[in-house]
Amino acid sequence: MNTKTPSKLEKVLAAGHQAVTSECGPPRGSDAQVILHKAEMIKNHVDAINITDNQTSVTRLCSLASCIHLKLAGVEPILQMVTRDRNRIAMQSDILGAASFDIHNMLCLTGDHQSFGDCAQGQNVHDLDSMQLIQMVRHMRDEGKFLGGDEIKRPPKIFVGAAENPFADPFEIRVPRLAKKIAAGVEFIQTQCIFNLDKFELWMRMAGDRGLLDQVYILAGLTPLKTAGMAKYMKNRVPGMDVPDEVIKRISGVPKDQQADEGIKICVESIQRLKEFPGVKGFHIMAIEWEEKVPEIVEKAGLYPRPKVD
Amino acid sequence: MIVAKGKPLEEIIEAVKDCDSILVAGCNECVTVCEAGGSKEVGILASALRLYFLNQGKKTQVGEITLQRQCDREYLIQARESVESYQMVISMACGVGCQFMAEEFANKPVQPGVNTMFMGGALERGVWSERCQGCGSCLLARTGGICPVARCAKRVLNGPCGGSSNGKCEISKDVDCAWQLIVNRLKALGRMDDYEQIIPLKDWSSDRAGGPRKVVKEEVRQ
Repeated sequence: MNTKTPSKLEKVLAAGHQAVTSECGPPRGSDAQVILHKAEMIKNHVDAINITDNQTSVTRLCSLASCIHLKLAGVEPILQMVTRDRNRIAMQSDILGAASFDIHNMLCLTGDHQSFGDCAQGQNVHDLDSMQLIQMVRHMRDEGKFLGGDEIKRPPKIFVGAAENPFADPFEIRVPRLAKKIAAGVEFIQTQCIFNLDKFELWMRMAGDRGLLDQVYILAGLTPLKTAGMAKYMKNRVPGMDVPDEVIKRISGVPKDQQADEGIKICVESIQRLKEFPGVKGFHIMAIEWEEKVPEIVEKAGLYPRPKVD
Repeated sequence: MIVAKGKPLEEIIEAVKDCDSILVAGCNECVTVCEAGGSKEVGILASALRLYFLNQGKKTQVGEITLQRQCDREYLIQARESVESYQMVISMACGVGCQFMAEEFANKPVQPGVNTMFMGGALERGVWSERCQGCGSCLLARTGGICPVARCAKRVLNGPCGGSSNGKCEISKDVDCAWQLIVNRLKALGRMDDYEQIIPLKDWSSDRAGGPRKVVKEEVRQ
């Protein structure tokens, strides 16, 4: 087994298991119990947990502190970091902060525009973009050096991930963009929520044709729909989200009190179908403020128990 | 050109309401072209102020002048006599002209009459769009002639981000996704291979980040 970091997620993937990750949003306050409680519900059913970084630009308890709480509680965190709020000094510093707590996974993101959040009048930084953040983390880890060239004492040992949205526009650059992220040094990808399985599979086939699937672990992103209203909202209001009409029809076709169950069913069936698809190395389950359903989804999808790795 | 937009009249009135005499000073360059601070707009603002003071029963003098360029000492000096004869100046030039006015006439209060917006051009009569942020190290050769610094809401140098949808930016359906434009252009130029070249970390020291900038061309310096 060839791994470059002590990351549990990397070990699970390198051992050939389909990995399972999930994510928790930190609270809008300083009570760490909120995040610990969410993690407690799902920790036995996932290999690692993403902590979002002020998602949708709404100010929350910081991702790094939340990851430290998880780490201290024995849960494997994935530190999400967006380029919106920090310059290269702050990012390198936070990466070292994470490394000092032996946080071994990062997800490099651009971040939603601040106009969506609670500080719409704020400045954005974007000193670098997600592609350059990937390069920077790899440089710090592999060269053991700061961007400025000085040596890092005890460099970070971080397994480097990024997001990809196979459904965003323009479609013709979705695969070249993946190739670009791989060239930048990304090691795992968690995709945007997949509802259009055909389009996702087309993207995977195109990536496979270019030989990209041997160079990166693709974790398929899934979100259980709670209601028909949520499905419609995601289709119409969330940029870059592709929810086919048949999915909306299916969840709208059952009575309101059964829509949540139908949403779980759709999610489980999607995982079962994608489990067999060549190149899918795992699943990233984003149960938005519905974390308690993650164990059920994982079990029904046949992904439980989780493998033990050292 | 530098594109500006007139400040709300109420804001200007609040700033000048206690004055006895005001000179509204336009500029014959960019702000004339973008119809924010040329002689036409100077006339409109001056009339509005006269009407305001008349309604208030005040005898405030409102004068008008439009300089060839407010960002040029040569022209400011020529306007000295007019400027000195008023208590305050409302500069309808961009932020550059307004500051040059204030620097030239150290004892004269200068109030901006416009908000300076960006460097851009006209898409059609009455519509101006941003094109450049003056970052000091031009990337356009790499991005098919479309600037991601000025035209992407996240100035993503290796885009697009996940928020690009039907050619539009996540912030608004009225804003084009710069990276969709770049991809379209690279395709038209037969240069899609260039898309996969990663644009490295940008040196922002020539940008605002490096502090106030100055260009010196020694061979023409006097």
